[in-house]
Amino acid sequence: MLSRGFFGKKRPEASRPVPPGQYLEDGFPVLSAGPTPRVDLATWDLTFESDGEVLGKWDWEQLKSLPATDMHVDLHCVTKWSKHDTDWRGVSIDDLFEAAGITDPPGDYVMAYSDGGYTTNLPTEDLLDGKALIAYEYDGEPLEPAHGGPVRLFVPHLYLWKSAKWIRGLRFMEQDAPGFWEAYGYHMYGDPWKEQRYIGD
Amino acid sequence: MTTGWQIATVEAVKTETDRAKTFVLSAPGISRFRPGQHIDIRLTAPDGYQAQRSYSIASPPEDSGVLEVTVELIEDGEVSPYFHEVVRAGDQFEIRGPIGGPFTWQSTEGGPLLLIAGGSGIVPLMSMLRHRSASSAFNIPVLLLYSSRSLDDVIYREELESMAAQDDHLQVDFTLTRQRPDGWSGYERRVDDEMLGEVIEKLGAPRLSYVCGPTAFVESVASALVERGLEADSIRTERFGPSGT
Repeated sequence: MLSRGFFGKKRPEASRPVPPGQYLEDGFPVLSAGPTPRVDLATWDLTFESDGEVLGKWDWEQLKSLPATDMHVDLHCVTKWSKHDTDWRGVSIDDLFEAAGITDPPGDYVMAYSDGGYTTNLPTEDLLDGKALIAYEYDGEPLEPAHGGPVRLFVPHLYLWKSAKWIRGLRFMEQDAPGFWEAYGYHMYGDPWKEQRYIGD
Repeated sequence: MTTGWQIATVEAVKTETDRAKTFVLSAPGISRFRPGQHIDIRLTAPDGYQAQRSYSIASPPEDSGVLEVTVELIEDGEVSPYFHEVVRAGDQFEIRGPIGGPFTWQSTEGGPLLLIAGGSGIVPLMSMLRHRSASSAFNIPVLLLYSSRSLDDVIYREELESMAAQDDHLQVDFTLTRQRPDGWSGYERRVDDEMLGEVIEKLGAPRLSYVCGPTAFVESVASALVERGLEADSIRTERFGPSGT
């Protein structure tokens, strides 16, 4: 339905479109449900696990010694903002699989879990083939705590809540299960281009 | 959670401050929400362009058939200037909701309850306070610490003062960070650790804390509460606005 007297702001010709319902943002807003946890890299580690079995485990030094991958991508947050042309560095999940000697994905789905208790679920294939990082740099600088630093999951083709801040591990699962926001009614998959914000979208 | 778009009609527009207006919406499809939740609003221009934004609900769920959102004017914004300059009673637009995660409180969750607002971050906390009154949960101790730039920027001031005057278990403390009227006896600085210590002393150890405001405000207040020994999972936050970084 038309909104009387609404024409939208004069929009400069965007270099490329944003997903439906999104607007372009220059800043980098922050969203999290609680206080920002303080993560100590001296005791931090990242675990890949399946059925209680540890498939791979890396401390900070071990993670940093793996090949780095750069991504130059657009971000889309379910709270409606998108941000173009952001630069991230981290280790691809493909390289972590290789380092752990994982050849076949141990489950079709993943529950990512974080310091502070946050979780989010994703299909395993959405983390592979260069689509996802364990990220530790944004815009050439160490990732700030408010943005999920020192280390976050980064899966930019999905809404940003899937890119779990303060990541501590991936738990592989046979069946999909809802994570933190998904249990509150947010979409199980979260494709911005299909505008999958909430259950039923 | 209701997910489909539905039509809401503006029943009334109330001016709260120079930069905040409240829109009373009749939205029969949204009957149940929890204080702290928000709705999404979708506007459509003649060329098909659509803009969506989220706004916190200010009214309590006990108000049947209507809900209120308070919209702060963002100077260079796209949607808030439209609300401030164009929208009037009788207008209609699309909304969906209610939406939200852990940033909700119902009187059945009890207290003591510490509410800390920066600027228009008061809006979802106001829904909680109004719900506490509407559900007669007057025995639950609450302290609201509300930071504004000046007295003229305080949203819902009269209602808050009158609520607190009639209620032994509700304390409202204002802090004004930029401009104070003559004879001002409240706080006059940004919320800091010392101020948090004083309000917690007055309230008693909070069982739940809710912090809402601009990102930098929420980051500093929530961290200070953790430093003070409150359990991280007893602190619920909602941040808004660009962080500028």
